[in-house]
Amino acid sequence: MITVHNLTKSYNSNTVLNIDHMEIPKGQSFGLVGNNGAGKTTLFSLLLDLIQPSSGHIINNEVQVDQSEEWKPFTSAFIDESFLIGYLTPEEYFYFIGELRGRNKADVDALLANYGDFFHGEILGQKKYLRDLSKGNQKKVGIVASFIGNPEVVILDEPFANLDPTTQIRLKGIIKDLAAKEGVTVLVSSHDLIHVTEVCERIVVLNKGEIVKDIHTSTETLKELEAFFAG
Amino acid sequence: MFKHFLGLQWKSFYRSASFKTEIWFKILMALGALYFIAVFLGLGFGAYFMIDEAGWGNPLRVVNRFMVYYLTFDLVFRYMLQKMPVTNIKPLLYLPFKKSQVVNFSLGKTVVSFFNWSHAFFFIPFSVVLLTKNYPFAQVVGWHLAMMAIIYCNNFINVMVNNKDAVFYVFAGLMILAGISQFYQWFDITLYAQPIFDYFYDMPWTAIIPWALLLALYFLAFGYFKKHMYLDGGLAKKHTEVRTENLDWLNRFGNLGTFLKNDIKLIKRNKRSKTAVLTGFFFVFYGLLFFTGAIEAYDGPFWKIFAGIFVTGGFLFSFGQYVPSWDSSYYPLMMSQNIKYREYLSSKWYLIIIATVISTILATFYVYFGWEAYAAVLVGAIYNIGINSYLVLWGGAYVKTPIELTSNKKAFGDKQAFNAKTLLLTLPKLLLPMVIYAIGHFLISPLAGYLFVAAFGLMGFVFKERAFKMIEGIYKKEKYKTLLAYKQK
Repeated sequence: MITVHNLTKSYNSNTVLNIDHMEIPKGQSFGLVGNNGAGKTTLFSLLLDLIQPSSGHIINNEVQVDQSEEWKPFTSAFIDESFLIGYLTPEEYFYFIGELRGRNKADVDALLANYGDFFHGEILGQKKYLRDLSKGNQKKVGIVASFIGNPEVVILDEPFANLDPTTQIRLKGIIKDLAAKEGVTVLVSSHDLIHVTEVCERIVVLNKGEIVKDIHTSTETLKELEAFFAG
Repeated sequence: MFKHFLGLQWKSFYRSASFKTEIWFKILMALGALYFIAVFLGLGFGAYFMIDEAGWGNPLRVVNRFMVYYLTFDLVFRYMLQKMPVTNIKPLLYLPFKKSQVVNFSLGKTVVSFFNWSHAFFFIPFSVVLLTKNYPFAQVVGWHLAMMAIIYCNNFINVMVNNKDAVFYVFAGLMILAGISQFYQWFDITLYAQPIFDYFYDMPWTAIIPWALLLALYFLAFGYFKKHMYLDGGLAKKHTEVRTENLDWLNRFGNLGTFLKNDIKLIKRNKRSKTAVLTGFFFVFYGLLFFTGAIEAYDGPFWKIFAGIFVTGGFLFSFGQYVPSWDSSYYPLMMSQNIKYREYLSSKWYLIIIATVISTILATFYVYFGWEAYAAVLVGAIYNIGINSYLVLWGGAYVKTPIELTSNKKAFGDKQAFNAKTLLLTLPKLLLPMVIYAIGHFLISPLAGYLFVAAFGLMGFVFKERAFKMIEGIYKKEKYKTLLAYKQK
């Protein structure tokens, strides 16, 4: 589904990302871990064409992302609060995203109905603008909005941070289902090793912009990761 | 401890992003500041002689008479522009400072604000002139001190009424009413206000009263702040109750409708955009300066075109200029969503067109000033729709100033909005139509001048596709730079 070719990103002489080759097959749940500054968000921003690669490119479903915009219809993401429109209510925001992705109100409502549990009664019908919601609730809105319109690729940057324990557990279930049942390619980054090992079939460790580990998740993976990060 | 506060203040000043602007812009700003200082100084020194020459009576009494307007205007101006001291308090709350120290420092900071000392440029020279004209020393000093205290009273009144929009609008409304009734001689508020200010001169000891008032206001403000210095109190963000609106009728426009719906919500729900629209509305009346002959310099024939452009282009200039910055806080979303630049730009373009048409309809009253005035308005509208609407979108690609929608900070101009490219683009926006008109006016007749400008505007319609293609290309080219710039708040 996604292929990375000789991708580098440098600021001045400082290379923050350098990936020779990486392939993510369709329907894989892909986890990205690494310390601060390892290049996780840089890679995701490159995938979304929010920054330009210094060299190399990314192919998303046969579309080269920095050349064509054709990847947009089947790719969705939630990176940070700059993906939310503060002056809309959650409902209005969902409908807005829905309309952009060719879904009418009824479609969106049907999708939202599946996430009643996840929202825990704190999102819909609150008469609040997104900017007035708590950080955790904002995150829930952003994550669910990225599921609208049956995307084939979903990119979530640190989705577990700021969420309460109950929601974290529910989110893990949602992500697993997306990849396993619906064949969606899910890319997740996280600082929580336990969560990623539980959710992702494959885990890539970035360190200073380079891939240092590429693991097919097994029962040993958590120990291996902990050993790596303990230094 | 006070040293710490000062250190923080100094750092926040010289490390602020706006401080790091281009050198020539700093020079421009310094010149602007000097200009205002010069105007105030000129007023201060000149007011006495101007009033004396005009023969309106004792200059001090005349100044006292209109002082009530001066002070209210000051208050309104402060309410709209002066920043409140509560910002930056939050990180200090849990540190080992006494709350009273923090409050004292914050209030103290407002005392040295530009809004206070700028008045000195008027009052000090005026008082000096009074003294040289042999007004009794003690009385002038009494008056001067009283005025100073009142200016500072305004400062603390503003601190306390901040964000109480209801109070502000009632107050401003009453003042406008007073101004109108004075103009039509129904009721003259100055007759009742003047004696108060005269007291300070006639009986200098009464200057104690405003100082006592000032002291009282300070303690009130102090108490008010100390009481509200909690995260869920005065430091909390104001939450507005949501009013949902049904804009489904826009659905028929497809994707364009989706954006238009969003833009309408953007305008209605954010302070900053509301200010922009209001500014645009006031532009409709800008033409009065030209068509009534109020200002002689504006009597030249092509100034009418200038007026026509501004009257109908208020929204275009106040809102359009900042496309795409209105969406700056969620630009990454827009750029990664399933959106075509063309549709995004079209929706902004239609918004500008609709606003221009509404302004043109509102401006119908210019017919009162003769056909030429209204022709200028109509022609201005055509030019705005046909040419300026593209230019403003084009210029927007270079602006790259992130906009904080919920605050009015920098609503009246921003350094980064002025760069060489946007300045160059104002030439065809304003000067070109004037030149075109002048050619027609002087070669053939005024009517031909209007027709020329209108024809030019109509040509814009023909080239719409091409213009959009070019603008789209520029937006695409600037995309990464824009994303980066919006990240740096």
